[in-house]
Amino acid sequence: MWRLQVRLERRYLAPGWLRLVTNTISLLLALVSIALVLWAAKIDPIQAYKKIFIGSFGSFYGLSETTVKAIPLLICGVGLALAFKAQFWNIGAEGQLLMGAIAATWVALFFPVKLPFWAVRPTMFAAGFLAGALWALIPALLRAKLQVNEVITSLMLVYVATEIVNYLVYGPWKGVKEWGFPYSDKFPDAAILPTIPGTRIHYPTLILGIVAAILAYFFLMRTRWGYELRVTGDNPKAALYAGIPYLRVAVLVMLISGGLAGIAGVGEVAGIHARLRYPQGISPGYGFTAIIVAWLAQLNPLVVILTSFLLGGLLVGGDALKVSLGLPVPTIHMFNGAILFFLIGGEIFLRYRVYFTLKPKETMTPLKEELGC
Amino acid sequence: MLEFILGVLIAAVPAGTPLLFGTIGEILAERSGIMNLGVEGMMLIGAVMGFSAAFYTGNPWLGFALAAFMGGLFSLIHAFISINLRGNQVVSGLALTMFGTGLSGLLGRRFIGVPLPASAKIGGIKIPLLSDIPLLGPLLFRFDPLAYIAIALVPVTWFLLYKTSLGINIRSVGEDPATADAMGVNVFAIRYLCTFIGGVLAGIGGAYLSIVYTPSWIEGMTAGAGWIVIALTIFSLWSPLRALLGAYLFGGVKVLQYRLQPLGISPNLLNTLPFILTILVLMAASGEVMRRRIGAPSALGLPYSREEK
Repeated sequence: MWRLQVRLERRYLAPGWLRLVTNTISLLLALVSIALVLWAAKIDPIQAYKKIFIGSFGSFYGLSETTVKAIPLLICGVGLALAFKAQFWNIGAEGQLLMGAIAATWVALFFPVKLPFWAVRPTMFAAGFLAGALWALIPALLRAKLQVNEVITSLMLVYVATEIVNYLVYGPWKGVKEWGFPYSDKFPDAAILPTIPGTRIHYPTLILGIVAAILAYFFLMRTRWGYELRVTGDNPKAALYAGIPYLRVAVLVMLISGGLAGIAGVGEVAGIHARLRYPQGISPGYGFTAIIVAWLAQLNPLVVILTSFLLGGLLVGGDALKVSLGLPVPTIHMFNGAILFFLIGGEIFLRYRVYFTLKPKETMTPLKEELGC
Repeated sequence: MLEFILGVLIAAVPAGTPLLFGTIGEILAERSGIMNLGVEGMMLIGAVMGFSAAFYTGNPWLGFALAAFMGGLFSLIHAFISINLRGNQVVSGLALTMFGTGLSGLLGRRFIGVPLPASAKIGGIKIPLLSDIPLLGPLLFRFDPLAYIAIALVPVTWFLLYKTSLGINIRSVGEDPATADAMGVNVFAIRYLCTFIGGVLAGIGGAYLSIVYTPSWIEGMTAGAGWIVIALTIFSLWSPLRALLGAYLFGGVKVLQYRLQPLGISPNLLNTLPFILTILVLMAASGEVMRRRIGAPSALGLPYSREEK
C-alpha cells in the first residue's frame, strides 16, 4: 500500500512571482469550476463567459460601466486592504458605505445652513467619510477595549445600517415626488457629481479612489504608523513588546477603512442615483465584493486599482448574463464565492512550502520526528 | 390584548424554527472551533433543493432529506478550506454565502412563482386531547412536526455536548485543540463532523422556509435569516438551551414587525433589534471572568496544525 503524504513547512515571506502565479491559477480554477456548474445546469459555459467578457470589456459602453462599478470597489478595497493588513477583520464595509450614503443625503437635502454651490460636494464627501468612520469606530473600540470579536460586530452593523436606510426611505426621508417608490427626493444640482460625458463615470470619486490607493500605499510602506500597522498584523506579540498600542492601530485602520467605504457610499448616491434609495438599490453588495478585491490584490493598495476593475467587470458581466441568457442576477455571486474559495484555498502555497511524497504505508514515520522538532 | 399576545406567541414558533435549526448547527460547529459564516448560503441551497425535491416527488420529507444532504455537502467545502488548508474561516464562510446565494438563484429560476403541490405541504398537527385545552392547546400542541423536531434537538444537543464523551471531545477541540490532540482526540474528524452537522441543520432550516413557512421558492428567500443565526449563536452564548429562547425571541421580533406597523412602529427599526441585542450581549459577555463562566470556545476561528503551537 502506498500513501500520499503531504508535508507543510511554514514559510515567512512568499516571493512576489509565487503570489502572482498562485492567484492566477486560483482565478482560473474558479472559472473552470463555475463552467462545470453552468454546464451541469444546462447552460453553455463558453457562451456565458463570452457574454460576460464582451458585456464588460468588449465595448466602450461595457468598459465605462465596468469603471462605474469599479469605483466603489476600489475605494472600499483600499480601506479593507489596510485593515486586513493589520489583521483587523472589518467585514462591515457594506454598512459603512450605507452610512456614508445617508450622510451625503443629509447634506444634500437636510443641511441646516445653505451652503455655497462649490462647498456642497466637498461637505458631502467629508460627511460621508465621517459617518463611515464613526460606524467603523464601534467595532474598533469594542475590540480594543473589550476584546469583542470585530468580525461579528462589523457584520451585525451592516444589517443595522441596512435597516436604517430602509427606515429612512420608507419613512421620514421618503420623497414627496417619487410616486411611492422607496426613494428620497432628488438631490439639488449642487449635490450631484459631474460625470464624463456619455457615461455614468462620476470622475471626482474615481480620482479620490486612485489618490486613496496611492496614499494608502505610501502610508503603509513609508510612514511610522504604516509600519506599526504592518507589524501588528504580522506579529501581534512583537507589536505588543515593541510598545505599539493596539488601540491606536485598531482605531486608525477602522477610521480609514470605514471612512473610505463611506466615501464610496457618497459616490453612489451623489454620482449615480442622485437620491437615497433602498439599500440594495444603492449597493448590490459592493462592501462584500471589495473583500475579494482586497484579497485578490494580496492586500496591496496599488494592485487594488487593477483588481477592482476586474471584479467590476464581473458585476457588469452579471447584468449581461441576465439580459442575454435570462439568468437571475444573483448568479454572479456564484463567481464571487468560487473565486474567493480558490483564493483562500490557494493561500496555503503562500504560507507554507508544500511537499507531496508517496510513501509505503508501513514505514510511515510520525509527523513530529520527520520535521525534526 | 391577550389575544394579541397569544397570536404573537403562536406565530413566533414557526418564525423561530428555521433559526433554531440553523443555530443549533452553528453552535455545534463553533463549539468545535469552526466559525461558519456560510449559514445564509447553506440555508438558501437547502431551501431551493428542498423545494425542488418536494416539488418533483410530492413528498416533503424527501425535500428535507435532500436539503439536509446538500447543506452538509456544501459545508464540507468550508470544512476542507478551514481544516485542511488552514484558510481564513471568516472569508471562507463569506465565500460560501456568496456561492450559495448565486447557486440557489441559478437553480431556482424555474421555480419562481410555482406553487408547491398540496401533497408536498406540511401543515400543523393537532395532538389529540392536548390540543383542545383552552389557551395552552393552540399555544403548544398545534404546530407542524418540524417545529417539534427542532425543539427536540435542543435537549438532545445539550445532552450530547455536556453529558457524553463525544461532547467533551467537541468542546475540548474548540477550547484547546493541541491538548485535545495530545489526549488522543481526533481534532480533524471532530471538526469535520461538527461542521457537517451544522450544514445539515442549516439546510433543513432553509427547507423549512420553502416547504413549510412560505411553501414557495423566492430568490434570496432567507432574507438574512442566516445572519440572524450567526447573531443568535452568540446571543445564546453557545448554549442550545438559550438558543431555544433566543430563536423564538428573534422569531417573535419578526412577527411583531407586521403586527406593530399599524401602531406606527417602524418594522425596519424593529428589525435591527436582533443585531443590536447581539452586540450588547457580546459586550456584556466580554472580560476574562465572564468568558470563562460562559465557556466561549477559545480556539474559535483558529486553524489547528500539529507542528505550530
